[in-house]
Amino acid sequence: MSAELAPLWLSLRLAFFTTLVLLILATPLAWWLAMTRSRVKPVIEAVTALPLVLPPTVLGFYLLILFSPNSVLGGFFVSLTGQSLTFSFTGLVVASVIYSLPFMVQPLQSAFEGVGRGPLEVAASLGASPIDRFFSVASPLALRGYITGLVLSFAHTLGEFGVVLMVGGNIPGRTKVISIAIYENVETLEYAQAHWLSAILMGFSFAVLLLVFTVNRRFPVKVI
Amino acid sequence: MSVSVDVRLPRDGFTLEVAHDFAAQGVTALFGPSGCGKTSLLRVIAGHEPNATGQVHWDSEQWQGNRFLPPHLRRAGYVFQDARLFAHLNVEANLRFAEKRAGAGDILRQDVVEGLGIGRLLGRSVADLSGGERQRVSIARSLLSQPCLMLMDEPLAALDYRAKAGILPLIQSLPQRFGVPVIYVTHALDEVAQVADQVVTMKEGRVIAQGPTAEMLERPDMQGLSGRFEAGSILEGVINGHDHTLFLTQIDVGGLPFEMPYLEAPIGTRLRIRVRARDVTLAIKRPEGISTRNILAGKVMRLMPEENTAFTEVLVDLGPTRVQARVTQAAVLDLNLVEGGEVFALIKSVSFDRRALPGVKRG
Repeated sequence: MSAELAPLWLSLRLAFFTTLVLLILATPLAWWLAMTRSRVKPVIEAVTALPLVLPPTVLGFYLLILFSPNSVLGGFFVSLTGQSLTFSFTGLVVASVIYSLPFMVQPLQSAFEGVGRGPLEVAASLGASPIDRFFSVASPLALRGYITGLVLSFAHTLGEFGVVLMVGGNIPGRTKVISIAIYENVETLEYAQAHWLSAILMGFSFAVLLLVFTVNRRFPVKVI
Repeated sequence: MSVSVDVRLPRDGFTLEVAHDFAAQGVTALFGPSGCGKTSLLRVIAGHEPNATGQVHWDSEQWQGNRFLPPHLRRAGYVFQDARLFAHLNVEANLRFAEKRAGAGDILRQDVVEGLGIGRLLGRSVADLSGGERQRVSIARSLLSQPCLMLMDEPLAALDYRAKAGILPLIQSLPQRFGVPVIYVTHALDEVAQVADQVVTMKEGRVIAQGPTAEMLERPDMQGLSGRFEAGSILEGVINGHDHTLFLTQIDVGGLPFEMPYLEAPIGTRLRIRVRARDVTLAIKRPEGISTRNILAGKVMRLMPEENTAFTEVLVDLGPTRVQARVTQAAVLDLNLVEGGEVFALIKSVSFDRRALPGVKRG
């Protein structure tokens, strides 16, 4: 791996792990939001959507304080793993998960709402347990929501800048992601390098959005 | 076998409050006006209303009471009004979904597919089915889960007349053919007449009456339960002859001869015919020189004046069967009709309700 492309590789890894964690965490949260009649639902929805409106620096600032080895959470993590959450790859994944949460939760929530209780009631009367119903009926019917959520989370994490800078700094090979590398290239007037990385990110983002919109328009939800 | 419920469930505008034993044999129609709680009651039995309080038992098996048995453990098949086929699976895979999760049972796939006439649909996408086809697949899918009981919630309400006529006889035959009792929710009286062996009526969240179909259809209060209801009687008979020159079919109703326009059905076919009360005229002497063909002697069993209207429902005992007539109160006075008095019931031969002929092709 050449030194120039290391930030790209790091960003891809960060996006991959963030998306994976989000898939596991956001599914039950989106499911609960879609099915609940609880009064606290709007509160949870608002908290989930916060990263959409907060400046990344604000989010990054709070996370930096939270992750610090002197704080409760940061200290606990150090005692558990011997490593600090700040300025580490793990810390970046945690921060990115929070930052990209709405991009996974919202498509999933509306997909589950679209499925509704109807098919699940039928499945129950046909003898399917709750877990069985989720995997054999709800998930396949919410496939579009999953594809949209996965792609958006991945792309959003790939382009992350402010939060990463606050929480991770700029350590080559560990926290120096593609957007920070571009920033650094521009600062040091290495425009050719900045052009390359920017073009790659631009091309990738366009391809991803094209995929999402194509899928949303044409992809028929069908397993068999 | 029976389903016994003793439940309460608050709904918008009323509280469902039912304590009733449903005989689990044949087809039981759960009948009443829209919004009276029929569907809610069905959902409570199936376990789709966890907020309901009280008890639900299937025979000695407790479905709800000390604990709430979730729907997937109740073995109650449920057919929804909107079929609810799984859109991500084709017809065959929809059926397999049920089979894979079914308990032990002796309902065979081949019989079900044949019985519901869906063999040619198996490879099709669910999106390409007509309304009637969807409901057939939905019923088949439910049967293949080997249910101990079928709960059907207005499965034909969204269908056109032709599709309905094709499926009603199938529903009627489910208990006999597959050994599964059916509770059938409907607000359409012609459906009750065709499929039900017994009827339970509901109003404003409560069960108000129950009985055998023929008896229930004679009740004047059934009228209030359905806006489109017309009082009348159901007669059960056997075709005992055809007159091909005059295009007539003779029907024997417990020894009484009835005549109606030609029906394409073999001699010996059992059928139910519905006689609307307004198509029955009463006379105190046997009329002569009249075009009406079906004239039968009987006795007035009961006079049921409708409050605040010009009409009285008269139940006439014809011996083996009964018919209901709708006449004016003035006529009752003029003819001096009293309970026990002798009358002749004149039934217009054209007045048979042809919709009430299960599985018979129209001539």
